[in-house]
Amino acid sequence: MADTAPAQPSHPLAAALRDALITALVALGLAAPMMGLVTVQGPDGLRLDPHWQRVAIAVAVVFLGRFALNLTIWRPGARRSASFVPPRVEATLAKLARWLGPIAIAMAIALPFLPGVERYTVDLAILVLTYVMLGWGLNIVVGLAGLLDLGYVAFYAVGAYSYALLAQYFGLSFWVCLPLAGILAAFWGVLLGFPVLRLRGDYLAIVTLAFGEIIRIVLLNWYWFTGGPNGIGGIPRPSFFGLDFTPGPGGFAATFGLKFSGLHRIIFLYYLILTLALITNFVTIRLRRLPIGRAWEALREDEIACRSLGINTVNTKLTAFALGAMFAGFAGSFFATRQGFISPESFVFMESALILAIVVLGGMGSQIGVAIAAVVMIGGFELFREFKDYRMIVFGAVMVGIMVWRPRGLVSSRSPSVFLKEKKAISGALVQEGHG
Amino acid sequence: MEYFAQQLINGVTLGSIYGLIAIGYTMVYGIVGMINFAHGDIFMVGAFLALIIYLALAALGVAFAPLALLIVLVLAMALTALYGWTVERIAYRPLRGSFRLAPLISAIGMSIFLQNYVQVAQGARVKPLPPVVPGYFWQSDGADGFIVNISNVQVIIVLTTIVSMLGFWLIVAKTPLGRAQRACEQDSKMAALLGVDVDRTISLTFVMGAALASVAGLMYLLYYGVADFYIGFVAGVKAFTAAVLGGIGSLPGAMLGGLLIGLIETLWSAYFSVEYKDVAAFSILVIVLIFLPSGLLGRPEVEKV
Repeated sequence: MADTAPAQPSHPLAAALRDALITALVALGLAAPMMGLVTVQGPDGLRLDPHWQRVAIAVAVVFLGRFALNLTIWRPGARRSASFVPPRVEATLAKLARWLGPIAIAMAIALPFLPGVERYTVDLAILVLTYVMLGWGLNIVVGLAGLLDLGYVAFYAVGAYSYALLAQYFGLSFWVCLPLAGILAAFWGVLLGFPVLRLRGDYLAIVTLAFGEIIRIVLLNWYWFTGGPNGIGGIPRPSFFGLDFTPGPGGFAATFGLKFSGLHRIIFLYYLILTLALITNFVTIRLRRLPIGRAWEALREDEIACRSLGINTVNTKLTAFALGAMFAGFAGSFFATRQGFISPESFVFMESALILAIVVLGGMGSQIGVAIAAVVMIGGFELFREFKDYRMIVFGAVMVGIMVWRPRGLVSSRSPSVFLKEKKAISGALVQEGHG
Repeated sequence: MEYFAQQLINGVTLGSIYGLIAIGYTMVYGIVGMINFAHGDIFMVGAFLALIIYLALAALGVAFAPLALLIVLVLAMALTALYGWTVERIAYRPLRGSFRLAPLISAIGMSIFLQNYVQVAQGARVKPLPPVVPGYFWQSDGADGFIVNISNVQVIIVLTTIVSMLGFWLIVAKTPLGRAQRACEQDSKMAALLGVDVDRTISLTFVMGAALASVAGLMYLLYYGVADFYIGFVAGVKAFTAAVLGGIGSLPGAMLGGLLIGLIETLWSAYFSVEYKDVAAFSILVIVLIFLPSGLLGRPEVEKV
């Protein structure tokens, strides 16, 4: 509404007020029925409960917010800078970012032994690292190859169920199942990817979403095999290379002459997911320099040019899909062994959206950005645990807001994998992302 | 045979609802070239608004059902259209000219926002509504032991759908706005050069799509008698499937696709399994996109450098 200001020059204050009033009127129309009249189940059917107070609050917030914005950021003639962060600050940050990675890794390794770190913190760190790993895995598909995958959680589910089912039916141990889960997930990636990779970006997104839902519905309804909505329980915990985390002789604590503590297993799980995540990161960074990685990024920039240059687009896309799926499979089997219980509830579309949001928020293609975004997002979710419903509203709004104000994510500079003489970071606005 | 006839009737009813939602997808895709992922949730908002307005009217003492339904229809269309307009304004317009996937991601965010907004505002419980229009329009004599029913609600749904489609078609085919829409669909840059207000046209497209979605929302409410904040997701994906099946960008295609999806889903539930009816719909989406990417009535897309 900022651009539909009246044609005749009027007083800026009056114009701002008028505009804010119109906006408030729209907000009233939106909020009055939906927020003001709440349907409640009464003794004889539904009835309406008036809640005009919160409508008034919402309209007032919109009015004042709009008015304040009209007078400050959106006032006529205000210069819009391309980015919130001035270029010089961003350059300094980029220099710092080189050290950020190693420091973060050192911090992560030391974390369980830092003073004041409790079981809860380590548990939370495990959760965050799981999402960091998933984010990095999806980053291969979305960030590097530019294929929007809305069903990524399906491969996570394949990994988790592979381990759970193999352990249940064949009694295989975690260490045998971990690679198997990855391979199976990659296999599913190829299987699902092969028919659909000819599709354009947003069609591909919807089809992957459909696949994700299909896998979830099958898991939900295949009672005799997957336990349906009851899920699979009693999934064996991982052992320290054959040593179980149990009290008594033969256990981990007894073998190393330590006093038994439940924390040992948590710390072991923490290092396990840290290793898995770092492997994902390492593989991605390495692959970016290989011909296949360059082909991914070329594909993201321009598919037709790629084809003209003789790159086999089907194989290139399939490898990205399969590799992304494989890491999700690893993460999935880790998830299964950590929880000890899985059900289709854990693999809903929201999870895919969350992982995608992490990748997008962090800046597609940026490894460190994805890690930061995962920490912010999952940490934030945990922090606002009491506001269970409201945090999802905020989550949706943040996704829209990021796209509107900072579509390249938090870390928007990209460092090239090939360079002449000097390595220069380029702005994310110069890469095309997601041509698909 | 009677059983089949009954399923056919149910399928056409369901298909009408899907078709109405699919129009919103296909129009937006035709003009802006984006999948409006939040459209399913606009449908859900429409259903809720219809429910709220109906209850408000009941509380005010409007007891005559046809009058009440008419008022509900008009008000719900207007308010849902306002939602559609606002969503476009906030989440999509600033992104025009951004990279390709930006609007889709923004739309997913909007969809999550709307779902949880309604959940917080109205509660997570399923809202049951007792039948507003009871009775049957026609019943077979049941000579074979199976009675084929056509309920009044089903007749209302099909008739309303036909009327709104006709009205909608008239707007697109005969009015200056419709001409502007078709111009934007063919080439929005050229249309802008020739003096068509592209932004306004796109806004109105969202408004029309949302209004039709709210009609679908009201019909859904009448047919199933329940609404909750989650109905938009599955209905949205199915309606999108319908739009793709009919050929995205094509209006008759959306209706045809909606009918086909409704029929397939009903027949699948009747003859195979109810649990996997969503799988059937999603599989059709995948199969159509692979083998018939331009749909039944759509134009094949030419890839340009």
